[in-house]
Amino acid sequence: MKLKRNFAKVEEILKKHGYRKDNLIKILLDVQKEYRYLPEDVINYIGVALDISPAKIYGVATFYAQFSLKPKGKYTILVCDGTACHMAGSTSLIGAIKEELNIGPGEVTEDLMFSLDQVGCLGACALAPVMVINEEVYGNLTPEKVKEILRNLKEREMENA
Amino acid sequence: MLRTIDEAIQYIEEKKIERKKKLEDLNVYVCVGTGCAAKGSLKVYEALKKIFKENNVNVNLQKLDDNEERVRKTGCCGRCSSGPWVIVMPYGYFYSEVKPEDVKEIYEETILKGKPVERLLFTDPATGERVERLEDAKFYKAQSFYIMEDIGKCECDSIDDYMGRGGYLSFIKVLKEGNPDWVVKTIKDSGLRGRGGAGFPTGVKWEITKNSKGDRKFVVCNGDEGDPGAFMNRTLLERDPHAVLEGMLIAAYTIGAQKGYAYIRAEYPVAVEMFRKAIEDAKRLGLVGENILGTGFSFDIEIKEGAGAFVCGEETALLASIEGKRGVPRPRPPYPAQVGLWGYPTLINNVETYANVPKIIRDGAENYRKRGVPNSPGTKMFSVTGPVRLTGIIEVEFGTTLRQIVYDICGGLTDDNEFKAVQIGGPSGACLSEAFLDLPLDYDSLKSAGAMVGSGGIVVLSKKACMVEVARFFLDFTKRESCGKCIPCREGLMQSYRILERFTQGKGTYEDLENLEFLAGLIKTASACGLGQTAPNPILSTLRLFRDEYIAHIEGICPSGMCTAFKKYVINPELCKGCGLCARSCPQSAISGERGKPYVIDQEKCAKCGICVEKCKFKAIEIR
Ligand SMILES: Cc1cc2nc3c(=O)[nH]c(=O)nc-3n(C[C@H](O)[C@H](O)[C@H](O)COP(=O)(O)O)c2cc1C
Ligand code: SF4
Ligand code: SF4
Ligand code: SF4
Ligand code: FES
Ligand code: FES
Repeated sequence: MKLKRNFAKVEEILKKHGYRKDNLIKILLDVQKEYRYLPEDVINYIGVALDISPAKIYGVATFYAQFSLKPKGKYTILVCDGTACHMAGSTSLIGAIKEELNIGPGEVTEDLMFSLDQVGCLGACALAPVMVINEEVYGNLTPEKVKEILRNLKEREMENA
Repeated sequence: MLRTIDEAIQYIEEKKIERKKKLEDLNVYVCVGTGCAAKGSLKVYEALKKIFKENNVNVNLQKLDDNEERVRKTGCCGRCSSGPWVIVMPYGYFYSEVKPEDVKEIYEETILKGKPVERLLFTDPATGERVERLEDAKFYKAQSFYIMEDIGKCECDSIDDYMGRGGYLSFIKVLKEGNPDWVVKTIKDSGLRGRGGAGFPTGVKWEITKNSKGDRKFVVCNGDEGDPGAFMNRTLLERDPHAVLEGMLIAAYTIGAQKGYAYIRAEYPVAVEMFRKAIEDAKRLGLVGENILGTGFSFDIEIKEGAGAFVCGEETALLASIEGKRGVPRPRPPYPAQVGLWGYPTLINNVETYANVPKIIRDGAENYRKRGVPNSPGTKMFSVTGPVRLTGIIEVEFGTTLRQIVYDICGGLTDDNEFKAVQIGGPSGACLSEAFLDLPLDYDSLKSAGAMVGSGGIVVLSKKACMVEVARFFLDFTKRESCGKCIPCREGLMQSYRILERFTQGKGTYEDLENLEFLAGLIKTASACGLGQTAPNPILSTLRLFRDEYIAHIEGICPSGMCTAFKKYVINPELCKGCGLCARSCPQSAISGERGKPYVIDQEKCAKCGICVEKCKFKAIEIR
């Protein structure tokens, strides 16, 4: 069955940004916040609305690291791999997440609960190594702390389920 | 809404009096910068509010009726690794690592009795003693706060507080003088150089843009800060957004722009929010918008969020990105000052550059030059990270040495680390060895040392860091961030990366070393934009100062022990009790043996995960 999407939300975002071509990046950022990725039909819809070819939009979407053409998890985990974090052992955090969730960078768990990405500096280098889960910053991490944070989130989800 | 210049001046005078009173009165400031917030400062803030609300505070027998308001938010105090910070005025007590549980004691001792809570006072790593006020700590005295003056005592989210610090008086002065040439001359005389990396004289850039012909002109603030390991622009936007905005307003008036853009990366949501609020508040008071203070000058400003591409920090790429396109650089000239946004003359400066401007107008060029060195006047914010005792944001005069930064300000290296090098200037910067510790930091001396100020990221590296791995790490970054437009950058960085990767995997050869050097020179000279032209710097600087490490890798040793490929997990038969725990936990089934006898690791199968080391209760597994 093909999912029929309601474009009211996209329309609202387009309106908020005045249907301006130069606001494309902002529009895509907002769309991504809504759907956790950039769905193909939404990209086409935006193309028509702003009179930009979908190829151009894909060009923009693939250029910037923030955008994803694949669905992200409800919890998007960003592990910083900037200089300070890398030197402070950010790779070991990736290992811990792999052990706990069985996903690597660029992947999402089957239940679409967690996704993992490695990103450049988040600007909290004094607390390296750093990770961000849905805008909440966690600093001075160790593999054990990461596992604990993830377990707490999983528990919270179980309770709410 | 302020309608005239006189009205604005009067308003500011009132705010100055209010602010003076505020600092003499009881007020608590909580740092809500990114660093402190990540360590829970917002919970401390809420707890303080709550306790103020629930109790009638009697200070000097005076009942306070505006209890809650006395808990205020302040921006980064620079020492993020020791946060959350709480500062209690009028005493000036600086409390570090405050937890919500500590709030009760702060309330009872400090708020009610005016006494410091000893255990929360900051321990000066230089002397090992607790200091009551930050001003008394050695690291504080070794700095020179100028852009960050009023550290810990300014409210980041309040335009009134900014005005209480004399904010917007410089803009008003410029409006009143009505003489853009005078502004250009002042900035030129100040010797201010762009803080975005290249250090181009700001006054000269303003003059060119002012003299460019165009029906419309734009002012752009570069807040992309894609450097991994740098966060001073983020900090500045969060702690003093109005200073940046005022600098942009002065620039707009000077060059004749009606519209401005602040390009801030989406990874910095707090900075975006703070700057957005700053614009709104300035609009509300009539400092941004139509016919500002009745002078006929109109200026509007918009925030553009970046979306995570390092190359977008390059000015022509940034302009393309503002237009909603892929951030691909274009050849210069023509410079943005001549042909910029949508083809119109555009002034583009860094966040910190703009923040310097109101101070220069306030103090005059002559006074401004008293800080720093003749060719690089003023101060510079640096972000310092790595295994030093205090990490965070610092501000020093140009001409300060690395030794002063690493040892006097940041308290030296943490206990089990030894200094090896600093990496300065971001991914296109360089690594400097111990021999450069006494090099005065300024644009020219760094350049002559083969390094650059860049945006000001300093990463301290200890003996545990492998310089080949450091170079590999940066190349991994720049090769990913290359926009791919020109071949030397796109292909050259990829090939250089592959060679470096071979080194870290123990497969490097002497021939590789030669090729690496050749490629680095080629990319540097043949690339079209600053990214490619500077990307080989990490290779060149490490090859020059740490060549022996490359050679050691060829010979089969990673001297720092950082490169996993060189690691070997070995069971010491003397210590092994033959319990078999390690064999059961090894995911590769690489360990075998007989109960009661020493176990052995099959090096072929071992994936070097280190799990067995954690499991062995007898410390029998060694890494060699
Ligand atoms: C690859 C690359 C990345 C850059 N990133 C930044 C940046 O993040 N912030 C910045 O202000 N300048 C950056 N620059 C420098 C800008 O192109 C430009 O020179 C600067 O914004 C001008 O402002 P200034 O004169 O105030 O320094 C970068 C340059 C290159 C080549
Ligand atoms: S040097 Fe690199 S980043 Fe710059 S234009 Fe060429 S390919 Fe793009
Ligand atoms: S866990 Fe330690 S003591 Fe036990 S078999 Fe392994 S190496 Fe030997
Ligand atoms: S390091 Fe990992 S793979 Fe190697 S022997 Fe130990 S547990 Fe097994
Ligand atoms: S390097 Fe990780 S936050 Fe900056
Ligand atoms: S964020 Fe609080 S000191 Fe930097």
